[in-house]
Amino acid sequence: MCLAIPGKIVEINDNWALVDFDGIKQNVIIALIQNPEVGKYVIVHAGYAIEQMDEKDALEAIEQWKELAQDQDLNLEDIL
Amino acid sequence: MEIPGTELLKSKIFTEKIVKSINRIIKDLNTPIKIMHVCGTHEHTISKYGLRSLLPKELEVLSGPGCPVCVCPAADIDKAIELGKRDDTIITTFGDMIRVPATNISLAELKAKGGDIRIVYSPHDAIKIAKENPEKEVIFFAIGFETTVPLIGYEIQSKPPSNFSVICAHKLIPAALELLISQSQLKIDGFISPGHVSTIIGLKPFKLFSDAYRVPNVIAGFEPNDVLVAILMLLKQKKEKRYETLNEYSRVVKPEGNKKAQEIISNVFESISSPWRGIGRILDGGLKIKKEYAEYDTDKKFDIDIEKSQDIPPGCSCHLVMIGKLYPYECKLFRKECTPINPIGPCMVSMEGTCSIYFKYYKEEYPK
Ligand code: SF4
Repeated sequence: MCLAIPGKIVEINDNWALVDFDGIKQNVIIALIQNPEVGKYVIVHAGYAIEQMDEKDALEAIEQWKELAQDQDLNLEDIL
Repeated sequence: MEIPGTELLKSKIFTEKIVKSINRIIKDLNTPIKIMHVCGTHEHTISKYGLRSLLPKELEVLSGPGCPVCVCPAADIDKAIELGKRDDTIITTFGDMIRVPATNISLAELKAKGGDIRIVYSPHDAIKIAKENPEKEVIFFAIGFETTVPLIGYEIQSKPPSNFSVICAHKLIPAALELLISQSQLKIDGFISPGHVSTIIGLKPFKLFSDAYRVPNVIAGFEPNDVLVAILMLLKQKKEKRYETLNEYSRVVKPEGNKKAQEIISNVFESISSPWRGIGRILDGGLKIKKEYAEYDTDKKFDIDIEKSQDIPPGCSCHLVMIGKLYPYECKLFRKECTPINPIGPCMVSMEGTCSIYFKYYKEEYPK
């Protein structure tokens, strides 16, 4: 029910945006997010974007795990 | 679509590394630990990727009341059914809802008998149906947690047609956590909180509970390694005797949540003490439509009184499954009389219901 999936904003028309979900484009209501921008990622729940993310920020949030995953000598529990 | 970099959240090598850390902490703690999540999507990830089988036996991961159609009281479904029996109505709702057994029949059974019951993917589709059918009252049977509430709030606030109204059966997650924490016999050591509810409400409502009840909380994403990292973050807090709300899903969840969505919620709805199916009334556990928007409130437009309803059918144990007191396979009807094709209780219907998830993913070997 609370399932929400990421897509990328391709085009904005007022309260609606065309969002690309892996090649499938769908119209989504963007009235629930601040300053929607073409090229940004949105998390979409039941046809409405509920949050917008910057690719850079999203990558940074994951990047921290990447280092942890790769470093053999590092114990995760010492860092988190 | 995956956001670049998220492959790591499914990587087996990373999984192994997290599990090793979990094992080390569990060894240090040297006591049985119970962690609960309250989200059907988390249960789905845990079961689909067999995460329980990777965890040490001292660590139990319980499934809480995280399925909105499961916690919707039978009386609310009965109400939608009564309204759906009229010739001048169209009942619209999410797909998960229509097969849920209520006191006598489900919405699907009413549809089979000729009732105009329509599944919509988005609340906006219900508005479209209302515009196309001005001679009918189009009722949206609104279920869902905070993730879904602002969608309906937005539509109500955007002046929908006057033949549109909403049965407001929304429920609120933080209040349910409070109930579960205060049920001392469950003794939960930590909560995994739902990422998309938090996307809307932010960290604060969860912080209030971790502070007040001294139970650690981690907001988690939905990939397997998201859930495992969240478990590790909870265990680490337990070990260090910290009781904080931490954000594992920071790639999506902002600490303050989605302010615009929060404003819509508080503009259109107010919190009320609300019954959860099989669990009972929870203070601030649900929402009602504010009187400024009464013209879109089905309860105000129609006088329907459901006098007697039955939440839990005889033999069904959903009320215990939903609060983590019983595993689905401990119910004597599981996989016998009760299957997804012939669901007896609400937890066997939705893909987020604990019983239906267990039916699908645990064939022979059950988790401890
Ligand atoms: S298996 Fe069926 S009858 Fe038993 S608790 Fe689950 S839904 Fe209810």
